Amino acid sequence: MEKFQTLHTTGRPLPLENIDTDQIIPARFLKATTREGFGENLFRDWRYNADGSPKADFVLNDPRYGGQILVAGKNFGCGSSREHAAWALYDAGFRTVISSYFADIFRGNALNTGLLPLQVSDEVLARLLAAIEADPQLELVVDLPAQTLAIPAWGETFSFAIDPYKKECLLNGYDDIDFLVNQKSAIEAYEQQRAWTW
Amino acid sequence: MARTLVDKIWDAHVVRSIASGQDVVYIDRHLIHEVTSPQAFDEIAARGLALFRPSQIIATADHNVPTLNQHLPIAEPLSRSQVDKLTENCQKYGIELYGLGHQRQGIVHVIGPELGLTQPGLTMVCGDSHTSTHGAFGAVAFGIGTSQVAQVMASQCLLLTRPKRMRVAVEGELRPGVTAKDLILYIIAQLGTGGATGYFVEYAGSAVRGLSMEGRMTVCNMSIEMGARGGLIAPDATTFAYVEGRPFAPKGQAWDDAVAYWQTLYSDEDAVFDAEFVYDAADITPMITYGTNPGMGIALTGQIPSQVAEAEAESFDKSLKYMGFERGESLLGKQIDYVFIGSCTNSRIEDLRTVAAYVAGKQKAQHVEAIIVPGSKQVEQQAIAEGIDKILAEAGFELREPGCSACLAMNEDKIPAGKYCVATSNRNFEGRQGPGSRTLLASPLVAAITAVQGRIVDITQYLN
Repeated sequence: MEKFQTLHTTGRPLPLENIDTDQIIPARFLKATTREGFGENLFRDWRYNADGSPKADFVLNDPRYGGQILVAGKNFGCGSSREHAAWALYDAGFRTVISSYFADIFRGNALNTGLLPLQVSDEVLARLLAAIEADPQLELVVDLPAQTLAIPAWGETFSFAIDPYKKECLLNGYDDIDFLVNQKSAIEAYEQQRAWTW
Repeated sequence: MARTLVDKIWDAHVVRSIASGQDVVYIDRHLIHEVTSPQAFDEIAARGLALFRPSQIIATADHNVPTLNQHLPIAEPLSRSQVDKLTENCQKYGIELYGLGHQRQGIVHVIGPELGLTQPGLTMVCGDSHTSTHGAFGAVAFGIGTSQVAQVMASQCLLLTRPKRMRVAVEGELRPGVTAKDLILYIIAQLGTGGATGYFVEYAGSAVRGLSMEGRMTVCNMSIEMGARGGLIAPDATTFAYVEGRPFAPKGQAWDDAVAYWQTLYSDEDAVFDAEFVYDAADITPMITYGTNPGMGIALTGQIPSQVAEAEAESFDKSLKYMGFERGESLLGKQIDYVFIGSCTNSRIEDLRTVAAYVAGKQKAQHVEAIIVPGSKQVEQQAIAEGIDKILAEAGFELREPGCSACLAMNEDKIPAGKYCVATSNRNFEGRQGPGSRTLLASPLVAAITAVQGRIVDITQYLN
């Protein structure tokens, strides 16, 4: 996993609630056996017509917008546990998703992929979506060590919460496997002391 | 101290806790399938790791398999390569595979309970969000991402934050024609698609207690559709009777010891939940969804809401536009093109029996294509043994071979763009059953009656 420190970038607005992982990456594109290449089909059915031509009004096809942050409506990433959703966002160049609420499994998958799920209040989210639509060049600054999202044009900085352990993992590019494999003796001891074995 | 059921099982599986608050949680059973495992196996290989406890991993091929001619090689090359990869990995690492051609093959959440692998008090995971199904037995079961699949392969553990606890009680008796599916669609409609995010939900109350194991699995299966990490039901005599005698169930003295332990698995009377809801079973009527998330459900005889909060309006109207419906509209009388009966939510023998009992001697409407996909080879064989296959064939229903099928349309089983499908599955997301498909979630009984009538009706007027 790549390290995540700070991000100075712009955002792409997607002001819809309950964006599910079937929209992020439809099931028919889950047939690959590697982690790469899912970005091509990110938001496939919102992004492309059936004949493969781009839908001009979709945010990823709108030349006004760019940047490494997706700003999306409440309850982002609900539905399927497919980590491919986080891989697709990452593969397409996103490093942060801002929403006012994340589905649990997506949040975990994002953190395990090096993609920061950054939760803000409903009010800040609404302001951000409106501001980016008004000015697609609006600069956003994510500072993971300080746990802040700054919008220099507003002169405002917002704190965000992140589990301290997952923060360390993101900052250093660690994942849970290294940690868990190092717990082997404790795990074996646990197995030994279990009263029941069926 | 008084504890909830989730806490009792959780506590019994904590290997150790770390300073930042997470627990290293031991996982008893790890179910895998072809779609979310290949990258995890690669991760293990790339790091030069061994599988820590391969005997605790159980594999099946379900998401991607055809439901016709399963005895032939899979025609679609990408699906074939994914299923082959699973077979290869299982051979390499010594994992028991219930793959195509196996008499026990089927949807991962159908075969676990059938084999007796799913038992009270266990922790179970799978790279699939409907792993919550196994909670019906009083297990802590939940879906995980592929990175976590690799973690469990490497250590049989996950690093987890303890979930919040919610209890949803449904008291009283369900009305005629109201099933477990209606009960859970009702709860999800009440709480919303993100209403239980961060929680483990314990279902309780006399209406839940009165459900069969199949019904309980249907309820727990859809916990994720309101955002919950998992759902579970305290085990009781119904649970023990279902587990007893299955291939992996404890036998002899071990069975008695197991039951003695399982009987301690309930939430203590004064245990505290972070959130509690109580519903009256009499308020629940047959349900259907009208929108593009499972929280958008109404009574079959109800109307699509005409008012929604301003913040939700854009998403709501986009959803209705996709479905071709209007605010305030009733669904009664709408013509339906497809009926899909299957998925880990409703593909068990009880579901097939319900459908057969209704359609016996009747015919599906001519314009409707009605497909039934059993959850497993065992369900399929049982249906044949009971003559259900003939009843369905005579009524014009097509009985396929087991798999996830048109629930997520990874294989050839897709609903064409713009067509309406009443489905017994769990998700009505845009394009879930194929690009442009329009899904209305309902119970097997509602699906069967809709197939015969060819349109949405008040099923209580059509019960046998």
